[in-house]
Amino acid sequence: MNGKKKFTISMISNEQSLQQNTTSNDQNWDAVIESKHSLFAINFKELWHYRDLLVLFVRRDFVTVYKQTILGPLWFFIQPILTTITFTVIFGNVAQLSTDGAPKVVFYMAGITLWGYFSSCLTSVSGVFNANAGIFGKVYFPRLIMPLTIVISNLMKFLVQFLLFVCFAVYFYSMGQIQPNLWILALPLVIVLMALIAMGIGLILSAMTTKYKDLNQLISFGMQLFMYATPVIYPSSAIPEKYQWIANMNPLAGLFDYMRYAFLGVGTFDWWGFIYPSIFAVVVLFFGILVFNKVQKTFMDTV
Amino acid sequence: MSKVVIKAENISKQYRLGLVGTGTVRDDLKRWWYNARGKEDPFLKIGEANDRSTKGESDYVWSLRDINFEINQGDSVGIIGRNGAGKSTLLKILSQVTQPTTGKIYTKGRIASLLEVGTGFHPEMTGRENIYLNGAILGMRKHEITRKFDEIVAFSGVERYIDTPVKRYSSGMYVRLAFAVAAHLESEILIVDEVLAVGDAEFQKKCLGKMNDVSKGEGRTVLFVSHNMAAVETLCNRSITLRDGLISEIGETSKLINNYLSQNSFSNRKISFESIDDAIGNSNVKILYAAVENASSNNLDAALDVYSAINIRFQIVNLTDDATLSIGFDLKTAKGDVLFGSGGKFNCAVNQATDLRCQIPGNFLNDELYQIHMYIHTAAMRQLYSNVELLTFEVQDVKRETGYLGKINGLIRPQLEWTLNNN
Repeated sequence: MNGKKKFTISMISNEQSLQQNTTSNDQNWDAVIESKHSLFAINFKELWHYRDLLVLFVRRDFVTVYKQTILGPLWFFIQPILTTITFTVIFGNVAQLSTDGAPKVVFYMAGITLWGYFSSCLTSVSGVFNANAGIFGKVYFPRLIMPLTIVISNLMKFLVQFLLFVCFAVYFYSMGQIQPNLWILALPLVIVLMALIAMGIGLILSAMTTKYKDLNQLISFGMQLFMYATPVIYPSSAIPEKYQWIANMNPLAGLFDYMRYAFLGVGTFDWWGFIYPSIFAVVVLFFGILVFNKVQKTFMDTV
Repeated sequence: MSKVVIKAENISKQYRLGLVGTGTVRDDLKRWWYNARGKEDPFLKIGEANDRSTKGESDYVWSLRDINFEINQGDSVGIIGRNGAGKSTLLKILSQVTQPTTGKIYTKGRIASLLEVGTGFHPEMTGRENIYLNGAILGMRKHEITRKFDEIVAFSGVERYIDTPVKRYSSGMYVRLAFAVAAHLESEILIVDEVLAVGDAEFQKKCLGKMNDVSKGEGRTVLFVSHNMAAVETLCNRSITLRDGLISEIGETSKLINNYLSQNSFSNRKISFESIDDAIGNSNVKILYAAVENASSNNLDAALDVYSAINIRFQIVNLTDDATLSIGFDLKTAKGDVLFGSGGKFNCAVNQATDLRCQIPGNFLNDELYQIHMYIHTAAMRQLYSNVELLTFEVQDVKRETGYLGKINGLIRPQLEWTLNNN
């Protein structure tokens, strides 16, 4: 066998394959299952065929989370509220961290809502193989469906929590304590960037956790550290001038600054806060998909 | 000549044994280093055939090795072999759950695989929601499922509970619903692994009927793995026998099943000695020859099925002074339940070999592993010799007329006379 890499699997719909059968050409195969694959052989056509599955998975996640709980969907709100209260008391009142003059409640809520989305996406995506080993071991469908499901399911949750944040923001706005501006219209872009970065990093980690399970421990710990390294509970302005450049290497920093600049009117924000995360997102997602695509074919043997 | 729809070329699958952990990083680095220089993976050269019982030398083992076959359109192919022969690995590769270490498989048409029924079923969701989810996992589009929805529900027979969460279902209902979804896949190739092991008789019959329709009626190709020879025999026209990861035979199902059964029974059906000195026994009696023979076949050693008449033969040498011996045996299952004992007083000339034969009729024993507990007494019933596991033999169930393919209950399975007394 030479090292030449080529062609991967492709699935063709019923009608097409029947037509091909009638041409009766034995060389005319619909699919080839083999061991060597090009790194870049990602079958987007097949992924598209399974789009209904993606929708159904998202629906399943949303419908089943709070079944048989007394408070039901209220839990979507209870979590961020309790965290906000905790942060307001601990970081705001006890530690007296700066909020750039914004009301503490909305300041923390903005950070928590955005961070919650990022961290739950990243953690779930990185554990996608282990969490779904049962189903992956029994049936084939494009594995990339699962990380996409996670990112979209969490988006639903994020939107519900974001609604809560908006309620608080409107209240504080009516009290004249915050000054939102038109930048809030760019929020969808920020969310997409968050999703892509979380998914990209998650995919890279997922590939590694299948073999080295130690990483799972590291990830939950690492996410905590990462939160403190990101301006979630403090404004970027609280970082000393000479360390600013290090803080700016964090692709998320700009996005959190944006959130508070647009909705609360505090801090600073410029275009660079979008450009750098965009480049970062594209690069990390590209590598993530490559690695994921390679690992998905054999992970059942090692997981 | 029908068209080839699956063609496997040199399929091999290597697994690493033991704990994946120590040495993993080192082997990974080595593999990567060879790859980077364009050389072949060094670990492909090592490894050995997959024989569970002997301790291997290498950490790497070939679960499948150099598998080549072609399957024609409309064939239904059984894959048989012992546990660990590589059946499931082969199915996993065909269903793309894992990829082969080397080799290629060419396929034509959509493949649907059923390695398990109800993959992805969520207990909290209703039957209706689960039909959609499971169908989509198996590769159906939403509109396809909607089109077939009523058919699926009708086939499953759980209409009444369709809007109830499946966790409230009985296990039978659960399986019915799951199989119903799978049975309505529109794929040219259907891969099925032992799903018939579940469900009640009526439903099994329905499943088999459906699978028969799929392969014979609709001209689709079916690959079927099962330990249930009766099911394989009924469903499949061709078969592949795997043995330690290698293909040992490909061909017509009934022939392969016969060969497989005769090679793979756990039996110790015959003991035979040249001289009295080697023979088992004691100072009172020696046993020169003992065997369980197939009385319905020209070949005495042929595999035993539930229809065969069976001869139990003993050749003993009487070393006592008394020519009258009481000889008999208990027939028991491997689990130890005694079915019956049988014996009598025989005139066995002193110091000479005596040949005895007892026939168990066909259509009497069930699909079981049986043992012969042999005993010899004096005429006054003083024990001379006893051997609790003199012979072991297996009776197999093959070819069933009716739809039910599960094991029929009972230690024995006699053919009893039934009459219909209407008038």
